[in-house]
Amino acid sequence: MPTHDLNVTAVRALNEALHRLPPDTNETFWEIENPQGKHAIGVGIDAPVDVEINGHVGYYCGGMNKQARLRIHGNAGTGVAENMMSGLVHVMGDASQSAGATGCGGLLIIDGDAAARCGISMKGIDILVKGSIGAMSAFMAQAGSLVVLGDAGDALGDSIYEASIFVRGDVKSLGTDCIEKPMTPEDRARLADVLRRGGLNGEAKIDDFRMYGSARRLYHFHIDNIASY
Amino acid sequence: MCGIVGLFLKNKGLEPALGDMLSHMLVTMTARGPDSAGVAIYGAADDDKVKLTLRKADGTSVDELQNEFVGAAGSAVDISIRSTHIVLSVARPRAASLMRWLSAQKGRLQLVSVGETMEIYKEVGLPEQVVRKFGLSGMSGTHGIGHTRMATESAVTTNGAHPFSTGEDQCLVHNGSLSNHNAVRRSLQHEGMAFSTDNDSEVAAGYLTWRMSQGASLRDSLSSSLSDLDGFFTFVVGTRNGFAVLRDPIACKPAVMAESDDYVAFGSEYRALSVLPNIDRARVFEPEPATVYAWEHP
Repeated sequence: MPTHDLNVTAVRALNEALHRLPPDTNETFWEIENPQGKHAIGVGIDAPVDVEINGHVGYYCGGMNKQARLRIHGNAGTGVAENMMSGLVHVMGDASQSAGATGCGGLLIIDGDAAARCGISMKGIDILVKGSIGAMSAFMAQAGSLVVLGDAGDALGDSIYEASIFVRGDVKSLGTDCIEKPMTPEDRARLADVLRRGGLNGEAKIDDFRMYGSARRLYHFHIDNIASY
Repeated sequence: MCGIVGLFLKNKGLEPALGDMLSHMLVTMTARGPDSAGVAIYGAADDDKVKLTLRKADGTSVDELQNEFVGAAGSAVDISIRSTHIVLSVARPRAASLMRWLSAQKGRLQLVSVGETMEIYKEVGLPEQVVRKFGLSGMSGTHGIGHTRMATESAVTTNGAHPFSTGEDQCLVHNGSLSNHNAVRRSLQHEGMAFSTDNDSEVAAGYLTWRMSQGASLRDSLSSSLSDLDGFFTFVVGTRNGFAVLRDPIACKPAVMAESDDYVAFGSEYRALSVLPNIDRARVFEPEPATVYAWEHP
């Protein structure tokens, strides 16, 4: 069980060790101490390993992750799990802005709040935020589900494509071309799936959520929408 | 980029360590700004005296200056020298004549700040060099603000370094860039304010000084800046007994804060807070966009 103390080991050395792991590695449980807000911890892992990070992390933790399951016992800085491809990133505290940005797959769980631009340009990642999310979240979101148990800030889903946003609390305002939509049985199943994968088995009721998505008025240029571009 | 740190102490027992804590915080932010660095320290007030922090030009001898200070003030002057910076402490009635004399010394001496408690030290260079040069780690105080700059809107000079001070015991540091600073500067100049640089951040400082001179509180001055200043900003502002934070409405520039029974701390990144004592027991949070956060000592 490799343990790395980031007061001793450089982040680059840690990441290189993680990058060297073969697909059938036996070193499947990693523990990282003293992250102290350092940037780019555990970026670019491509192996089915568990990584426990004991403390607050800086920018881009778990970025580009494939397969690995990272648990951050603290807060995360800007861009946690940005461009994640698969696997899991679980933030036990709060996340700063742009959490899960451009993520293509996998699951990002944030136990606390996420700041502005959560899920910006998400492309297939699923994001579960147990607290609230900040302004401009899911901006230009393309695919995947953003599930929020708390409230959403201003301009939710501005210029959204085909991602789905499920919010249980209040939405301060919707962005351009984002509207509330009725949930189909398929939507309800997708929401239930994210909640289940996030460890919520029945604690959050599907009926308490409202779904938001694209009105599809911005897909093609239309002169009447000129003010919205 | 640019890096900001700020520390407002609630626990008086920590006051002797203020400079040391602020030094460590500022050095962690080196990668955010290698051009220049500076700090404002709010130390002890000395009866009815006012402190003038000056910067002397290279080659100016302090020995020669001492007699000139006394002559200009017409009274005794306490002089404290830290590298290129000189802090003069004079009885308030003598400060005006000293400042008149100073305004004729351009090229030799530059007035950096005026205040009963505040002193500002800033220079071109990396944070580590700057804090060592001024002996920041030995300074005590109630609160302090530091900045390390990556220049965008004006040249890499000591005058362009933060903090900026445009009023007594008032200072501001800024991460971001303002787009309407020329227009705001012109209108403040019409109101009688003077600026010493072309820098956008100095305009923000001047704007707040002007609002507070009109009777607005620190909190209200910052609230109105949201409609009057256009651009990207995270501001951290100090007054004699206050400390405040404001981010622009889209939170363009990073900010993280911590509050405990001992202190309120600000950092551009969490790394700056990680060096503080008992940070594990503080509440760490990200300030909301377009929301004024302010603390005051009674």
